[in-house]
Amino acid sequence: MNVRTASLAEFAARSPWLQPHRILLMAVGVALVAAAAIFMRWDWLPNYYGLALQGIWRTVWILVVTCVLGIMLAVPLGLAQAAGPWWLAMPANAFCTVIRGTPLLLQLWLLYYGLGSLFPQFPWIRQSDLWPYLRQAWPYAVLSLTLSFAAYEGEVMRGAFAGVPKGQLEAARAYGMRPFTIFRRIWLPQALHRALPTLAGETVLQLKATPLVATITVIDIYAVASRVRQDTFIVYEPLLLLALIYLVISGIIILLFRKMEARIPVRLG
Amino acid sequence: MKMIVKLAAAAALLAASAGFASAQTVKVGFSPEAYPPFWSADASGKWGGWEVEIIDAICTEAKLTCELTPIPWDGLIPALTTKKIDAIMNSMSITDERKKSIDFSDKYYNTPTAVIGPKGEAFTADPAGLKGKIIGVQVSTTHSAYVKKHFTEAAEIKEYQTQDEANQDLAAGRIDATQADAIALDAFLKSEAGMACCDLKGNVAEDLEILGPGVGAGLRKEDTELKGKLNAAIKAIRDNGKYAEITKKYFDFDVYGG
Amino acid sequence: MDLLALEPPGWGGNLLRGLLNSVIIAVGAFGFGLAIGIGGAYGKLYGGPILRDLLEVYTTIVRAVPELVLILILYFAGTDLINRVLEALGYARIDINGLVAGIWVLAVVQGAYSTEVLRGAILSIPQGQIEAARAYGMAPMLMMRRITLPAMLPFAIPGLANLWLIATKDTALLAIVGFNELTQETRTASGQTKAYFTFFLAAGVLYLLLTLVSNQIIARVERWSRRGMPSVSGSTR
Repeated sequence: MNVRTASLAEFAARSPWLQPHRILLMAVGVALVAAAAIFMRWDWLPNYYGLALQGIWRTVWILVVTCVLGIMLAVPLGLAQAAGPWWLAMPANAFCTVIRGTPLLLQLWLLYYGLGSLFPQFPWIRQSDLWPYLRQAWPYAVLSLTLSFAAYEGEVMRGAFAGVPKGQLEAARAYGMRPFTIFRRIWLPQALHRALPTLAGETVLQLKATPLVATITVIDIYAVASRVRQDTFIVYEPLLLLALIYLVISGIIILLFRKMEARIPVRLG
Repeated sequence: MKMIVKLAAAAALLAASAGFASAQTVKVGFSPEAYPPFWSADASGKWGGWEVEIIDAICTEAKLTCELTPIPWDGLIPALTTKKIDAIMNSMSITDERKKSIDFSDKYYNTPTAVIGPKGEAFTADPAGLKGKIIGVQVSTTHSAYVKKHFTEAAEIKEYQTQDEANQDLAAGRIDATQADAIALDAFLKSEAGMACCDLKGNVAEDLEILGPGVGAGLRKEDTELKGKLNAAIKAIRDNGKYAEITKKYFDFDVYGG
Repeated sequence: MDLLALEPPGWGGNLLRGLLNSVIIAVGAFGFGLAIGIGGAYGKLYGGPILRDLLEVYTTIVRAVPELVLILILYFAGTDLINRVLEALGYARIDINGLVAGIWVLAVVQGAYSTEVLRGAILSIPQGQIEAARAYGMAPMLMMRRITLPAMLPFAIPGLANLWLIATKDTALLAIVGFNELTQETRTASGQTKAYFTFFLAAGVLYLLLTLVSNQIIARVERWSRRGMPSVSGSTR
């Protein structure tokens, strides 16, 4: 055994992640990236740099806004299904079933083009204060993505609310806490903590849903990549870069959630 | 395990039947969207319209078996260069920009370019008239290139996947104007939705560099044989009256242009 | 309402044809995805280090990149690559029709998810069962067929059921590449008639029916796969 492999083995032993075959795979990966950089066409990049940054910003903005709004909607949806009277539980359940049972693309088109096709029948809409918003595409994108996230996360919250041990709530009641205080101090925090592990995955799924908004004229990063393809007829390069951008954003989401979970003590109570 | 083997066998069969059925046909790519009077679908899912009949006439004349293949508009040129289809005949204008990637046959029609907008709003189809307005166009068209060159400073530009969606948003009031082929827009203005909302604002100023000399069949650069056949067929149906016969069914003038 | 009539000039027949196409694609994609998933799960559990890392790259990429982007990449690049390889090997080009392309594109996506589902399910089998089978000298294939696959089924079904529902909804994305499934048929019909609201609503009802019927069937399959086991309350998603 020569010196080089020995030192490699030593290195690998020190860090279990970096094993010899990984180094080989990484070398192959680097070679692939280098080949892509050298042999593929990237001359369009400088022209679309600004537009791409704007697109990434818009994608992230839509993702954050719809996730936050979606969670806010998911809490009452989950609570209604887990503990509400039947006249609240039924509609909440129906809402979740309908949204989860139909493709998001169809919901988006129904909201944007479907509602739009009804506008001419109601001329007063154009005089209303809401018209400046109804005219644009992003409110429809935000609305449908929010509803979708709320429906999926509402289902998760239902389980989370139902999963909080009854003893916790009984103890709180025994302390003489008022119902709202129990909800705010005991029930909600514990339910959220239970839902947190699924939240990272759901957020990545939401990210993967954002490019659909490009089909209703919102210019997110996906739309920018399509624009490059349409302007220059270069097919693969913008798509590969686009995939890379989504990979990076997904990675960041997962890291952020891991940090957040690490800050919450594992054992409550 | 048996099930997996069966599945694999079914896959192989499916791939094979898909593969060798159409060895000698010319696949003509088109975007499956309503674009009357050139393209429209009926309720049985069949495509008809002026351009469909012309494609039929050209293929018959050139003794080619043509097969219409639906591809979304912005994927047509990539589909042609990656050999998914062999020709594009979808009201695609011959332009210098596109000629960098693909070749074209001779033109088979040429019509002016117009702008339409809501009724009761008087404006002209030039930068001054469109100032501060939102104009919708279909992506990756000569019209989108035109408005980007001429109206960028004056108007806000919104791009749609299909012209039909731009028309739809014009009727909904989300945009103030749309620019497209004058005949296609005329067909929309004559429809129920179009009659209710909009009228013609005028034709845009000519820009040969962007709008091009007319519509031709898009072809791969190396397919010179197919190009020769199509050119001969276009000329033949112009000469033998077939072109005029089809045109008469849809228009009261010659769409071939000057 | 006349617009939805089954016979032309109504468009109902078109929507149903679209639905049929959607179901065919979903079934195909789910089936092949399952085949990829079985291979992938075995590879991840018993494969060599390189195979395991490659599978990890595959599942990570597919689960982080939007389906729409993957569909476009696989749709444009997939057939092109296959044909270039065939040409390089001296064979004639084949042309892959939309249905086959749609099925295999979605199958690649489904495969990544079912790899993870099946891997988890195989890990939940009491390992003594597999050791016992090995001790009996069962051949690997026989063991897979007689022990591993049947034993993991109850653990895999909730995840797989969820994947099936995702498959039915993901077929809508093929509308972006112009494939004639339900969403594209809806788009054509509404573009032609301008009755956007009616048609999108009708298509929504069809998708919802598909989901609800699937749920009924899934519930039965789940009961069947758990026959003879103590009842466990699990949630699907």
